[in-house]
Amino acid sequence: MSKGTSNTSTDRFAQAAIDELGWWRAHKFLFLRRASQLSVLLAFAIGPWFGLWLLKGNLSSSELLATIPLSDPLATLQVLMTGHWPELSLLLGAAIIALFYLVAGGRVFCSWVCPVNLVTDAASWLRRKFHLPRTSEMPRNLRYYLLAVVLLMPLFSGIAAWEWVNPVPVVYRALLFGAGSGLWILAAIFLLDLFISERAWCGHLCPTGAMFALLGKASPVKVSAVNAKDCDNCMDCFEVCPERQVLKPALKGTSPMITDSDCTQCGRCIDVCAQRVFQYQNRIALKAENNQ
Amino acid sequence: MNQVNRNTKAKGVNRRQFLATSAKAGCAMGLLGLGVTGVAKQSSHLDPLAIRPPGALTEDDFLSACVRCGLCVEACPYDTLKLARWFEGAPTGTPYFTARAVPCEMCDDIPCVKACPSGSLDHSLTEINESKMGIAVLIDEKSCLNFKGLRCDVCYRVCPLIDEAITLERQHNQRSDHHAMFLPTVNSDSCTGCGKCEHVCVLEESAIRVLPAHIALGKTASHDTYINTEETTLEMLNKGLTL
Ligand code: SF4
Ligand code: SF4
Ligand code: SF4
Ligand code: SF4
Ligand code: SF4
Repeated sequence: MSKGTSNTSTDRFAQAAIDELGWWRAHKFLFLRRASQLSVLLAFAIGPWFGLWLLKGNLSSSELLATIPLSDPLATLQVLMTGHWPELSLLLGAAIIALFYLVAGGRVFCSWVCPVNLVTDAASWLRRKFHLPRTSEMPRNLRYYLLAVVLLMPLFSGIAAWEWVNPVPVVYRALLFGAGSGLWILAAIFLLDLFISERAWCGHLCPTGAMFALLGKASPVKVSAVNAKDCDNCMDCFEVCPERQVLKPALKGTSPMITDSDCTQCGRCIDVCAQRVFQYQNRIALKAENNQ
Repeated sequence: MNQVNRNTKAKGVNRRQFLATSAKAGCAMGLLGLGVTGVAKQSSHLDPLAIRPPGALTEDDFLSACVRCGLCVEACPYDTLKLARWFEGAPTGTPYFTARAVPCEMCDDIPCVKACPSGSLDHSLTEINESKMGIAVLIDEKSCLNFKGLRCDVCYRVCPLIDEAITLERQHNQRSDHHAMFLPTVNSDSCTGCGKCEHVCVLEESAIRVLPAHIALGKTASHDTYINTEETTLEMLNKGLTL
């Protein structure tokens, strides 16, 4: 039976999950995620658009309710690497954000907040839709090299050079400050992801994602293949996961927990699995339970 | 035994492969980094009319500090500041203003500086009249109405530091021979670079313009001892030297 369902899934992606759980439940985390990405954007945008100042600034640095500073740790690190000592609010803001992702899981930023994710998910959706051939993989660790380069550049050049091209704040600047001409970077990423290499940007290059992955290593929140034994090898999760290399150890290995910090915690594997193999889990709570 | 051998062999190849890919990846990313830095450096001084907000550090320091958050832009009540867009000259995402469009209104409490979390707008600037956003330069004497012997004076009268940052210097009108000319003259020590003069200039293109200090100001070479020309000249004459 499971064979039959997995066969039909070839003409429509994740059909088995949709049949089993209904369309909404098979897209639950996708929708929550889009809602989260858009609400963060809106929280910034209602300021300049309607004068409701919930959040001022943009993802690089902002102020929540005119009191709490929030800043991008990568931008802050770059500033520090140039040798400039910023105001306390920037450092405090970076610390708050770093702490948040330390607990929530670093790449939660990627799947639940980052606006570039909309673009790269769109490219990967089109790839699936038009059955574009799998292209040769770039090494996944490129992003860590790029992260190192991004942090070294200011040391040698004295300028926070990455912020020139960093696509992550570009969307925000375009929407909040009318700086739409920077969107060419997004277009370039879209084309790169669509035609040159699958998930090229977020999965292989983005230094922001790399930094958050490092930050989130110890996070208690993880996705876990709790029902790995029910897996019918339909491969839908591999198809949809932006970091598919993290799945195999959990599905076939000894521990079901996806401990690899590359996992963006997007929950799409939970959505598309008709067998309900995956679940969000709290690593610490689980440990405590096991110890009892 | 055989098994072990094969394993170690495989490992050796893997390690070599790993080192090779790492080296390649490192080089590729290094080159990318160099490229980005190059572009960044290149475009860092493109637009001479883009004036920085009050309190901005010198351009290079400013570029290392500013995180392009736009908090200063949103804090400005007069919509003076803009975040630079791509292809606009000023480094993308950094705040600037174009005096001809909207000058700085010289807020007493300088909200733009207060909002800046990175300190690229120096928080030690608390007196707006001490800001140095740029220097006004009467760049086109030929078109300036006052230089033609008329009494336009608009730039002079609008200056928040009237008679201090900008003065009218009376001069004999050579052309009519019995009139006076009043030449708007900027005192670079007091001018804040607010750009109000450039904004109001009645000509189609302003004859007075605010330029960033590094463009507007000359600089005496450090080895030059003739700092005070008047004194030096007197001294030389007194010593009986011929000029
Ligand atoms: S990898 Fe980078 S661009 Fe992609 S979602 Fe994460 S932060 Fe955004
Ligand atoms: S393992 Fe699941 S939650 Fe993690 S990135 Fe892949 S699809 Fe998303
Ligand atoms: S001093 Fe006032 S008008 Fe001038 S840039 Fe700052 S906030 Fe805007
Ligand atoms: S507030 Fe400061 S860091 Fe932010 S854009 Fe303005 S100058 Fe740059
Ligand atoms: S820029 Fe013009 S108006 Fe402003 S202080 Fe200087 S001379 Fe006066």
